[in-house]
Amino acid sequence: MASAFEYAPAPESRAIVDIAPSYGLFIDGEFTEAADGKVFKTVSPASEEVLSEIAQAGEADVDRAVQAARRAFEKWSALPGAERAKYLFRIARIIQERSRELAVLETLDNGKPIKETRDADLPLVAAHFFYYAGWADKLDHAGFGANPRPLGVAGQVIPWNFPLLMLAWKIAPALATGNTVVLKPAETTPLSALFFADVCRQAGLPKGVVNILPGYGDTGAALVAHPDVNKVAFTGSTAVGKQIAKTVAGTRKKLTLELGGKGANIVFDDAPIDQAVEGIVNGIFFNQGQVCCAGSRLLVQESIQDELLDSLKRRLSTLRLGDPLDKNTDIGAINSEEQLTRITSLVERGESEGAERWSPACELPTSGYWFAPTLFTNVTQAHTIARDEIFGPVLSVLTFRTPDEAVAKANNTQYGLSAGIWTEKGSRILAVANKLRAGVVWSNTFNKFDPTSPFGGYKESGFGREGGRHGLEAYLDV
Amino acid sequence: MSTAAPHALADVTASDSTLRRFLHGLPGVDPVGLEARAASLGTRSIKTTAKAYAIDLAISMVDLTTLEGADTPGKVRSLGAKAVLPDPTDRTTPATAAVCVYPDMVPAAKAAVAGSTVKVASVATAFPAGRAPLAVKLADVREAVSAGADEIDMVIDRGAFLAGNYLKVHEEITAVKEACGDAARLKVIFETGELSTYDNIRRASWLGMLAGADFIKTSTGKVAVNATPANTLLMLEAVRDFRAQTGVQVGVKPAGGIRTTKDAIKFLVLVNETVGEDWLDNHWFRFGASSLLNDLLMQRQKLATGRYSGPDYVTVD
Repeated sequence: MASAFEYAPAPESRAIVDIAPSYGLFIDGEFTEAADGKVFKTVSPASEEVLSEIAQAGEADVDRAVQAARRAFEKWSALPGAERAKYLFRIARIIQERSRELAVLETLDNGKPIKETRDADLPLVAAHFFYYAGWADKLDHAGFGANPRPLGVAGQVIPWNFPLLMLAWKIAPALATGNTVVLKPAETTPLSALFFADVCRQAGLPKGVVNILPGYGDTGAALVAHPDVNKVAFTGSTAVGKQIAKTVAGTRKKLTLELGGKGANIVFDDAPIDQAVEGIVNGIFFNQGQVCCAGSRLLVQESIQDELLDSLKRRLSTLRLGDPLDKNTDIGAINSEEQLTRITSLVERGESEGAERWSPACELPTSGYWFAPTLFTNVTQAHTIARDEIFGPVLSVLTFRTPDEAVAKANNTQYGLSAGIWTEKGSRILAVANKLRAGVVWSNTFNKFDPTSPFGGYKESGFGREGGRHGLEAYLDV
Repeated sequence: MSTAAPHALADVTASDSTLRRFLHGLPGVDPVGLEARAASLGTRSIKTTAKAYAIDLAISMVDLTTLEGADTPGKVRSLGAKAVLPDPTDRTTPATAAVCVYPDMVPAAKAAVAGSTVKVASVATAFPAGRAPLAVKLADVREAVSAGADEIDMVIDRGAFLAGNYLKVHEEITAVKEACGDAARLKVIFETGELSTYDNIRRASWLGMLAGADFIKTSTGKVAVNATPANTLLMLEAVRDFRAQTGVQVGVKPAGGIRTTKDAIKFLVLVNETVGEDWLDNHWFRFGASSLLNDLLMQRQKLATGRYSGPDYVTVD
């Protein structure tokens, strides 16, 4: 960073968001205490400041919420699609109106930069509700036959990396298709889901249609196991996904899983280099790399390796890490101490296995959970950091010589969520994309999302699709 | 200053085909990605001290320009006075980098800025169309240089470029560079709006640098699309890569259409985050603009006084 031109700090004001000292569970349209009175604290990962105390749902609360959702289901599913659409459109508009507030809240609770919550997360959240609102009265024409029926009560468990966006991905299609919802947000990021509960009240959504139960893994497990839940949707780690699959096996519950990934970002020698560098940065440093479809493996053609790595390192040196509420910040805080420990240990593993570690000169704040953008070169397929999902700002660089080798290496993973191709040659984009076993393949871009575009995994990245027309199927009896 | 292609790339200009192969072998440009990057840099928030720094820097980078058929010595004289002392109410205001005039106005401009740091730039080479025989263009350049021009802004033959006659363009630039001699720095104008594609702009940038340009410049300001954040970002990437490959540093000058302080600051952010502080002074970066200066001065007054006083508090020219 040039020392001559230091940008003045430009922090977004916190005053726009009013965080209460404590929050209850949202069941049947009301905020209530947990039955056993348990609470936990949610902290700002950038400062370790306690933001609020949150009621922690136990088994009895899960039962209450599922029953409320069951009661609400009768009326909600009987509404004409156009009526359900009205509520969804209303929710979408309220989210737009309150987007600045929600963006600041999300940044405080999650640690991601305000420019991402403001410019990526919140517009997408609203877009998902608008998109699925549009589908609510057209389900007969979605390609699943005439009059497809909703499933019933959906139990949904979402992660902490995109708290509000994952909520939108889950709730919007569920409500559009006539299901009711019990959703458990992650224990480190429950606030935006609780604010969403308030949005539902503001929109006049009938009681019990949406229920929010903050809690830890055991809350999620109780929800998934509840006998009166008809559909389970989970986004999170592969390990937990496997447990859920076991729990659900043998029941009549429908299941979709969006799990881990180890996306390959393939750069051919005729790629638009400068834009590829931006795409690599966006692929792995967006949301501090805490993205299941992150392009965490860079596969670069050997002939341009040096040129590309020089450009990439130079670019990483301009990334601005620090206060997530500052509009100039590119890299925010890691979501939790636990996650920081995991990243640190995997990076140490990478070093001990012989990969070469590089980070730009980067001062880390003294409080909060931080990890500098990191690049590993001399990585091979055999290294742990080329196989395990790190879920942090850590890029592993591998090389290839031919398109076939690139495809073979890209597919040589237990995951299959995303991949990227960088080349100026259109025919190569199509040829390679067809051979990649990944749910999303981006060409000459990365980490671009749209509600109309289905998203989901191959192999241990899970099954089922969210988004698009395909996303309706998971919530319909087809 | 070298007048031929730097040694590392000397073979490239050996023939039309080697030059073509080289230019077409440069990495492509993905328009969507380029524009997205330029737009994202435009959202950097520059305030208070950073803004004060940026405004003064931008003023010092302005090539204060008058390129009208109606230009008179009197008009040029007042422009020169403004370049030397842009804001008579605040003598801490930096001078602009240069005044930029038609060749016949060079003596008047030279007299107007005498004794200051302000340079005189002249748009020689049959500006803005460039449609004149090479001999005429060279005569134009020699006249301007002998009249004391410190900088020559030449337009390339876009017709030759678009027809694929890269060597012809190269030879013209080389000849103009030679006519400039050691007396004047050469800015090469591509008229990016007429080159139409980003791939062409990157090729033109390299072509200009191979031929010995001291500056590469987007446009004449006389066509519909002039400087944009995206084409300037692309040219900054080109000078960065050129220096990495040859060790030769080349300046960049976006021109035309940059009218507000806000816009100018966005360009400075592009410079800062693409090529860094090595380019953050008026030896290496310029704004070709005339109306920009007044907005910079008004914003500067606002920062100093806390009040926005309006266009009557700065001079019209």
